[in-house]
Amino acid sequence: MRLHRSDGVAEMTKINLNMITQRSVEEGAAMEKGKTNPDYFEACSIIEMNPEDMKKAGIWVNSNVRVTSECGTVVVKCINSTQYCPPGLAHIRQGVWANQVVPPRTQSTGTPQYSGFPVTIEPAFEEKRKTALQLVQGAVGLWKGGN
Amino acid sequence: MPKLITQVGCPYCGSSCDDIEVLVSDDNKKILEVHNACIIGTNLFFHANDPTRPKLPRQRQPDGSMKEITYPEAIDWMAKTLLAAKKPLIYGFGSTNCEGMSAVARIAEKSGAVLDNCATICHGPSFLAMFDNGYPSCTLGEAKNRADVVVFWGCNPMHAHPRHTSRYSIFPRGYFTNKGQMQRTIISVDPRQTDTAKLADVHLMLDQGHDYELFDAFRTVLKGYDIPDVVAGIKKETIVKSVEIMKKARFCMIFFGMGCTHTDGRNHNIDAAISLTRDLNNHTKCSIMAMRGHYNIAGPGQVWSWIFGFPYCIDLSKGTHAHMNPGETSSVDLAMRDEVDCFVNVGADAGAHFPIQAVQHLKKHPFITIDPNFNMASEIADLHIPVRIAGVDEPGVVYRMDNVPIQFKSVIDGLPGVPSDEELFDMVYERMCELTKTEPVWLTAKEDRKHPTNISAVNEA
Repeated sequence: MRLHRSDGVAEMTKINLNMITQRSVEEGAAMEKGKTNPDYFEACSIIEMNPEDMKKAGIWVNSNVRVTSECGTVVVKCINSTQYCPPGLAHIRQGVWANQVVPPRTQSTGTPQYSGFPVTIEPAFEEKRKTALQLVQGAVGLWKGGN
Repeated sequence: MPKLITQVGCPYCGSSCDDIEVLVSDDNKKILEVHNACIIGTNLFFHANDPTRPKLPRQRQPDGSMKEITYPEAIDWMAKTLLAAKKPLIYGFGSTNCEGMSAVARIAEKSGAVLDNCATICHGPSFLAMFDNGYPSCTLGEAKNRADVVVFWGCNPMHAHPRHTSRYSIFPRGYFTNKGQMQRTIISVDPRQTDTAKLADVHLMLDQGHDYELFDAFRTVLKGYDIPDVVAGIKKETIVKSVEIMKKARFCMIFFGMGCTHTDGRNHNIDAAISLTRDLNNHTKCSIMAMRGHYNIAGPGQVWSWIFGFPYCIDLSKGTHAHMNPGETSSVDLAMRDEVDCFVNVGADAGAHFPIQAVQHLKKHPFITIDPNFNMASEIADLHIPVRIAGVDEPGVVYRMDNVPIQFKSVIDGLPGVPSDEELFDMVYERMCELTKTEPVWLTAKEDRKHPTNISAVNEA
């Protein structure tokens, strides 16, 4: 396992994981302050995965990663897991960032595939996370810029 | 003198705690303290103090900005938009009272809409399994007083229902469970070691998405047959041990959540869970309950089943009778197939909680958001109408996750001029009747109407 090539440049690799998106108390507490509140941004624009998987993909704790699924892509921050994630599994808290990659297929039940869909995760040290408004308004052509 | 209001209901999660105490200022306008609630409920009550809360409807202008308009203008626009649409979709109702759900049903009828609630992206599959296989459930009081084995399958109450474990399921001392946690054995089934799993005596960390196999293995062992050495990533010994614990229970309680309904299998996972509950009743007493997400998300199931015969995904576009077929008449599927031409989002946030492609499809047509606060759905809407907050500045009936109705209080005065969901929907209904030159029969028949107070004025107009 190498985190750096001999010339000191971080090695960029990808890893395929199984994604689940579920509730957390941090998300709930921040949501009730308002979805444009900075707490909501910090609570939900994150991903948790097993440290082994982070090593495999060359991802550092508290650095940004790009998550891509069959239907979308989003930049989130990889944090130390608050609840243990086994190897192979990744978790983004339910909310705006998770729903950029959740497949809308419903197995004819009406309920989208919020949990258990394949994603590719790669380091994105240079990329910035977008705000909730930027993502949602941007997706429908209403984003006018700003913070 | 600030007033302490006791026995207040908390309008956040499905636990619907009704032991909250709120200290309000003497002018009844500000919440000063919140006692007993979890962090989420506390934040919710304090958010009502926010001076930036919207007080007037806002309509999107051609340049993309939002402009404040009056309530009559907003009601007129909403009524006309709903009548012009061939098949509007009215979605939400996770966070409002039953009075509002009842009133919106008349608008849905009048406009030939599809009426759906948050269960469609949450416990909808559980409904499908209940239709197929029954629902041997009980109340949370029975769980607290009797259950000595509690199973959390694909749910994480420490995060999603923070006081569930202390009020009903793990810690409280009940009538037959007077030693509280000491007397209860907790089993957690979750692919992650969640904070609920950490409290469990047995944690089955299954391979994500293999719930159906594991339920089946439980049933197979229970019926006395052999199973493979490993099922869904769980060793045979652990499965056998868990089944023995459940079998020897005096009262076994199974709580299940999004881990079963959001993943592969959907309703079939719940179907197997209900069958397991039935099988366990051959040995001991066992009950099962869905961990409903919001304080009144069981409400639309009750109210609309009573009105239309179906709890969710109710297609009223035929004009003669209600029709329900999830997969066809469910919000996300309708959106993805572009089958609706107007979207009304009430007391929920489709902007944040639908997959983004579904939001993009819905946004092609008029998009109306009815919500007390700013959220993602209000910030992309063509019209945002603020209302009072049910459980904070508007009282009402709510159904807890075990389908027990509770009367919630209002603790502060509502913002002046801002209607409740019920009043707003009655006003829209009245306007739709005016526009279609029909009799507002619903308002005439409604004995406890808050709007309009003088029905003869409506009839004469």
